[in-house]
Amino acid sequence: MNPIRFHINGRLTEAFVRADMTVLEWLRSNPQTCGSKEGCAEGDCGACSILLANPGSDAGDFGAVNSCIMLMGQIEGCSLITVEGLSPNESERHPVQVDMAENGSSQCGFCTPGIVMSLAGLLNRNSNPNDEQIHDALAGNLCRCTGYRPIVEAAKSAADKSIDRLAKLAGSAIASDDASNVIGNEDSVFFRPKTLTELCTIRSEHPSAALLAGGTDLGLGVAEAKTRWPMAIVTAGVGEMLQINEYDDHISFGGAVTWERALPYLHRLYPSFATMVRRFGSTQVRNMGTIAGNIGNASPIGDGPPALIALGAIIVLASVDGEREILLEDFCTGYRQTVLADDEVISQIKLPLPKASQQFRVYKISKRYDQDISTVCGAFSIEIVDGIIANAHVAFGGMAATSQRCPGAEAALNGNQLGMELIEAVSAAINAHFSPLDDWRGSAKYRDVVAANLFERFVRDVAGETVEVMAL
Amino acid sequence: MNIQQKLGNLTMQRMHVGKGYAHDSAVKHVEGKAIYIDDMPELPRTMHAALVLSPVAHGSLNGIDASEALALPGVIKVITAKDVPGHNDVAPILSGEALFAETTVEHVGHIVAAVAADSFEIAVQAARLVKLDITPLEPVLDVELAHKNKSYALKVQHLIEGDAASAIAGSEKQFEGTFRIGGQDHFYLEGQIAYAHPGEDRDVTVYSSTQHPSEVQHHVAHVLGVPAHAVDVQIRRMGGGFGGKESHPTIIAAIAAIFADSEKRPCRLRLRRHDDMMATGKRHDYVINWKLGVKADGRIVGLNAECLANAGNVADLTGPVITRTLTHLDNCYSIPAADFIGHACKTNTVSNTAFRGFGGPQGIVAIEGIIDTVSRKLGMDPNHMRAVNYYGPDTGEKTPYDQPVVDNRINDVVDRILQTAEWERRRKEIDAHNATNPLLRRGLAMMPVKFGISFNLPTLNQAGALVHVYMDGSVHLNHGGTEMGQGLFTKVAQVVAEVFQIDADKIKITATNTGKVPNTSATAASTGSDLNGAAAFKAASEIKARMIEVAAKQLDANPDDIIFADNSISGNGKSMTFAELANRCWFNRVSLSAAGHYATPEIHWNAATLKGRPFYYFTYGAAVAEVAIDTLTGETRCLRADIVQDCGKPINPAIDLGQVEGAFVQGMGWLTCEELWWDKEGALRTLGPSTYKIPGSRDVPEIFNVAILDDKPNHENTIFRSKAVGEPPLMLAISVWLALRDAVSSISGGRLAANLDAPATPERVLFAVEDMKQRVTAGSE
Repeated sequence: MNPIRFHINGRLTEAFVRADMTVLEWLRSNPQTCGSKEGCAEGDCGACSILLANPGSDAGDFGAVNSCIMLMGQIEGCSLITVEGLSPNESERHPVQVDMAENGSSQCGFCTPGIVMSLAGLLNRNSNPNDEQIHDALAGNLCRCTGYRPIVEAAKSAADKSIDRLAKLAGSAIASDDASNVIGNEDSVFFRPKTLTELCTIRSEHPSAALLAGGTDLGLGVAEAKTRWPMAIVTAGVGEMLQINEYDDHISFGGAVTWERALPYLHRLYPSFATMVRRFGSTQVRNMGTIAGNIGNASPIGDGPPALIALGAIIVLASVDGEREILLEDFCTGYRQTVLADDEVISQIKLPLPKASQQFRVYKISKRYDQDISTVCGAFSIEIVDGIIANAHVAFGGMAATSQRCPGAEAALNGNQLGMELIEAVSAAINAHFSPLDDWRGSAKYRDVVAANLFERFVRDVAGETVEVMAL
Repeated sequence: MNIQQKLGNLTMQRMHVGKGYAHDSAVKHVEGKAIYIDDMPELPRTMHAALVLSPVAHGSLNGIDASEALALPGVIKVITAKDVPGHNDVAPILSGEALFAETTVEHVGHIVAAVAADSFEIAVQAARLVKLDITPLEPVLDVELAHKNKSYALKVQHLIEGDAASAIAGSEKQFEGTFRIGGQDHFYLEGQIAYAHPGEDRDVTVYSSTQHPSEVQHHVAHVLGVPAHAVDVQIRRMGGGFGGKESHPTIIAAIAAIFADSEKRPCRLRLRRHDDMMATGKRHDYVINWKLGVKADGRIVGLNAECLANAGNVADLTGPVITRTLTHLDNCYSIPAADFIGHACKTNTVSNTAFRGFGGPQGIVAIEGIIDTVSRKLGMDPNHMRAVNYYGPDTGEKTPYDQPVVDNRINDVVDRILQTAEWERRRKEIDAHNATNPLLRRGLAMMPVKFGISFNLPTLNQAGALVHVYMDGSVHLNHGGTEMGQGLFTKVAQVVAEVFQIDADKIKITATNTGKVPNTSATAASTGSDLNGAAAFKAASEIKARMIEVAAKQLDANPDDIIFADNSISGNGKSMTFAELANRCWFNRVSLSAAGHYATPEIHWNAATLKGRPFYYFTYGAAVAEVAIDTLTGETRCLRADIVQDCGKPINPAIDLGQVEGAFVQGMGWLTCEELWWDKEGALRTLGPSTYKIPGSRDVPEIFNVAILDDKPNHENTIFRSKAVGEPPLMLAISVWLALRDAVSSISGGRLAANLDAPATPERVLFAVEDMKQRVTAGSE
């Protein structure tokens, strides 16, 4: 067992702690790194945001993450920057810090360090962001005082001034091969396999160990002091699972590919999906969370599955005995239940490439546009051949214990022409299939009405109408 | 455009006052170096505490079994009501509001016990191991049921002017209706926290994230059973307050202090978000039943309003919250006959408390909703109905509570906003757009705000300050106000800098401390800079007067000719630096320290009749909001907002602008996406940002034109003729709610009023749309 090694603000550090301690708890235990704050301990407010570069990544390729739900075992070999690292001395403040301080961008100041980090992360990857990209970067940061405008303005004015600010803080990044395989202490030990074979072997030897991908859900339990992970297997270092490969008829995302890495590919292939993924958690969450984790977690309100099911995604399950492929729609068997065996992992997600005849849209309805969990998520995929619909896939999340297809709606679509005349039959089929629940995100009645209405939105959208208030 | 450019001619002639200085802690904020209580280095042997909360909304508390918790290694002590050494009471106004539940639990999240342990994690785990023996009783979760059962936390408040019933009965047209207005969690980013350090005897120093250090001091003393002098409370800064840290920090501080006092070890109690949202109060949700009588031309003849405020399980601050609702139901409108009644409904939910606006916003939502409803029923433009009812600009018309409306700026703000927001053009465009019956409809609304400034209770309108000038010319500034992000400390420092004509960075802003300035009021009711700025002005001016005497001797000049300017003092053609003069004063044994005390003049209030002059002055604002709604999903978006806010002659226009923008967005959240959702058992299920959605950066209107009404000094003699700004602009966000109603109304061509309560979540908007479609189809009304 090895201590956890990482760079923080350019300095190589070893932490002799349990692997399931949150990074924020570790940071805040040291008065020198108390700038990162705990606002919610659920990865939603962003006051704890820090920057992280993965082992072996290009020096300076930092992205913002939530330290409150990230576990120490996840940062082995990584390089971290905290707000303290951005301004090592008075003459060396990050342009975001300078411009925020001058522009009235902080009031109470408690969210400010996290916002500074998110914007520094944004400008590190995009020196000339537009308003939408700034909002994407800030979607995981809440400010209760300012009304955000001075923050957005500071982000704009600081752009272009931040070239190469972060690279030198990366330290001599630990090569991925040098990261330790077993880390933590006797209370909590994490395995960090580097190959799929190693992963499958460890998985078969320790079937009770948690599989930890991005950790945005497993880390949450620790942050709330409700769960401990005495043993976990981190998938983030498995080389094969970090790959994204394009083939003639499909694209394959490795099981450790984060949503943020997948985003440009999704944007090119299925722009509607990408628009939804941008509302998926936040930049911080997408920098950690993986497609496979979103699937394996088997939540009824996961935002990935409805779209992926409608697109006919296939997942590859690997174990020491080899691999098997199943349709994603067959993966979940009930509330938080799946066909994943104790010794298996999701090693790949295969997404068919779009066809010229295909129309695909996914719509997420929530109380707030950004970083909210769907009240209803509806995905529609159809092919139109000679004006006639074929191969309709209609899938919903938030409407049942699992994300699932609606065969009745698909039957009502197939063989017909897409148009307003279909609304009654398709809406009725949707409402006949689902019996949603009441909760804080919406009543069953609201879910029913919205799910049915989303089909009308789809028809109008395909016809070229502007169908969302955010598009105005 | 940066902030200085935006302020334009608002930055003006004085050296410091009127300048848009950055928040004093801005650099520390961005560097992560500003120290909040949880960042304070931990003293050796510090204990960490956690709360044991009731999982039941209402029940008999038969017993508490802490044996399993106490058996956990690292657990130090578990305390309950029995362990309170003094009084188990933290009522801010009345008495009998227990710190720990005694024989009954009255809401989910009711504090029953607390655990202290060697670490935060152990304390949290141990708290979960404390077993509560509770026999459940039927809870009252609904404000209307409480009213029906006559279950009240306080006696009724009744504001009567004229004979409203007769006036309404005799009016040309009568209308009635009900508004349901949701509550709001403060969602300060820094949760409630206190850190108590025991001293000798039974002294305790408490670092408390509080807007009201004096109240924390007095309650901690009361709970410990020691005199107030044994308790010292300090707070340098809060990570947001918004009213949520006005009365409830006493609970947190008292528990930390009990542990510190009994174990003689420091104790930190920090609530995690989940516990904070369960155990501490929120903005009052209201049901307001109304009847209005009008003339055919829209003029209001009489208004009857029955306001059912959800007090939660105890009164807390509900009394004055209701008073402010009743005194803001008129908003900008002359109501000749009024019958306003306010009930503090006692329910089995967490005690509601102060929240920016303090009852005023609910009253203004009601009257603006009434005008929106009635004007449409009269076939009248809502703005026309507003205009015919505005208080006369120069007539000194009286409000229903008898205060004359003088220096009336309603027309100033309304005329300006209608013009700058291009009302006429946009109204036509939006109507034309909606006439094509689109899926995405637009709405537009304008509304003014008049808000009374002063605590309703005259006693509270006082403040103290303590200023020291050291012999090197540096200045120590202290006052009773607290810094929660609103920039109060910066503004008060500007006042002192103005008095001494020295650079602001010569002035050390120090933590609010009950040992330096005693018996202070909460930093609340928007009065922070009015009160503390004036007190600091007095203290600094007193020192300055003494310094002038010394300078006159030193420079051989007439005291009247001594001039303080640019860090130096001159007279008789000679000069010396401020530091040199300070040193001379010390040398000549002249005191360089002074305490200032300020009491707001001219205010009086009869709490029995609800009549008097509770407010030193009114402040005004107006807003125009444009929204879009999706008639298939109920999703909404505010596309543009234009605001003008009266700040008198601002002490710091940059900080005031930040208050205006921030308050507007916070108000928008209250009325749109922020929904508190309780399950059928009475448990709040929106307990963190994953479920309780405050506005994010993208929710701010893309076009957001915010202006301060320029060149309008306060006609009352406030500090440098400035006006309060903390709360009033929150209510300007009611324009967003009205615009949403307008968008729904557009389905009927604007003819019918939307049945849309607050918050206007996508669900409520969609159902209002469906309701409107049905009414249009049915050809109703």
